[in-house]
Amino acid sequence: MARADQTPGMRPRASLGRHLDIAARHSFPASCTILLMLLTEIPFGFADQAALLPAVTVACVYFWSLFRPTGMPPPVVFLIGVLLDLLGYLPLGVGALTLLVVHGLVLRWRGVLSQLGFLPVWLAFAGFAAGASLLVWALATILTFRLLPPGPAIFEAVLTAALYPALAIVFVGAHRGVADPDRV
Amino acid sequence: MLRLSIQARQALAKLTLPVLIVACFGLMLLGKADAVLGERIRVALSDALAPIYVALAEPLGSLRSIIFNTTDLWDIRAENERLRAENEQLRRWQSVALALDAENQRLKANLHWIPDPSPSYVTARVVADAGGIYAKAVLLSIGPNHSIRKGEIALDERGLVGRVTEVGARTARVLLLTDLNSRIPVILEHSHAHAILIGTNGPRPRLMFWPEGSAPREGEQVVTSAEAGAFPAELPVGTVHYTSANVPEVVPTAMLDRLEMVRVFDYGLTGVDGPEAAARIMQGRAN
Repeated sequence: MARADQTPGMRPRASLGRHLDIAARHSFPASCTILLMLLTEIPFGFADQAALLPAVTVACVYFWSLFRPTGMPPPVVFLIGVLLDLLGYLPLGVGALTLLVVHGLVLRWRGVLSQLGFLPVWLAFAGFAAGASLLVWALATILTFRLLPPGPAIFEAVLTAALYPALAIVFVGAHRGVADPDRV
Repeated sequence: MLRLSIQARQALAKLTLPVLIVACFGLMLLGKADAVLGERIRVALSDALAPIYVALAEPLGSLRSIIFNTTDLWDIRAENERLRAENEQLRRWQSVALALDAENQRLKANLHWIPDPSPSYVTARVVADAGGIYAKAVLLSIGPNHSIRKGEIALDERGLVGRVTEVGARTARVLLLTDLNSRIPVILEHSHAHAILIGTNGPRPRLMFWPEGSAPREGEQVVTSAEAGAFPAELPVGTVHYTSANVPEVVPTAMLDRLEMVRVFDYGLTGVDGPEAAARIMQGRAN
């Protein structure tokens, strides 16, 4: 409970329920990302639904790496990436590497990014989305020894950037509410 | 838990990301070296998720039909007019078809034609899109005691859909003919020339390798060829359409973007194994 010790004052007894509560709040970013990934796999029946999965995943990893890195540590990012590879039928390792690169860069630029308002953060995310879909395209091209059509990669980047505000609105609420370990 | 100094813990925390990135490259190598492993994990995962998809299929289907119905109400009159005209035309075609069928039977009887064995088939519901951004495939929900095998051929009510590539305990994955890895031997109906239909991940696969002098014509029917023993002859595939000069594409007859049910036929063909993940193809070539 090193974290709790940083804030002096009265606090509730460390009962089992409270431990569970804190654990749930800590694991919220990872579990909501995985849940959203599974949700995109439900057959809604609209065209190009396959593009939703990487878009949602990249947006989730970006948001939580930026605003709650303790809830999205590198091993979790790696596991989410492997799940992305398996569900999205990408060559193994491609999604995992892409997400880790996104995570690493976000952490490096976190000092600047977290000071900015919503619009600049979104613009930065558009850059990340373009880079991520380019990386997936390049790696998949190398690993399948075949020049893949660039059309889906461009569509993927645009869709990812466009989805971000919708997800961010929900996540900002969660960030201050259910996902906050200090709020019990 | 291991007690470590703060410095050691910080160093470890800094090392995690590079180590995991190296692990990703290891995973890529592993995926290339052993394509079966990835396939097995994927099949197990889709087997585990299939019951959820099946349970959700019905409410989602009714929701979709409500949406479609409300949009259809707008142009129901025009639609009715169009259908009546089409029905009239089809009725004329039906009489032609019946006459031709009778004639065909008569000619076959005269020739002592050896009848094609009628294939056994099962009908399965399409429960999910099993593709990604760079793959086109669908997931079928099949019972636990199914007889579906790899390489069997899937058709919808109109024409060829693709081939079964992976079979699990409760699910089967069908690679669509539009997938990048799909290669189908076909015959052009008009010139009887052989060609190969190559998937591009787009909605229309391309025709290639037709013999010189018999270029595909616009609007020509394309059917499967029995060459190489991978497909039975004469399954309807689509019609030729030129989007730009010298690039003949095929508009599939099957409604690949809204598959609900497919029939999986066992023609007992053993010529060529079903299309594999790209990794396996390369591996086969290297051997």
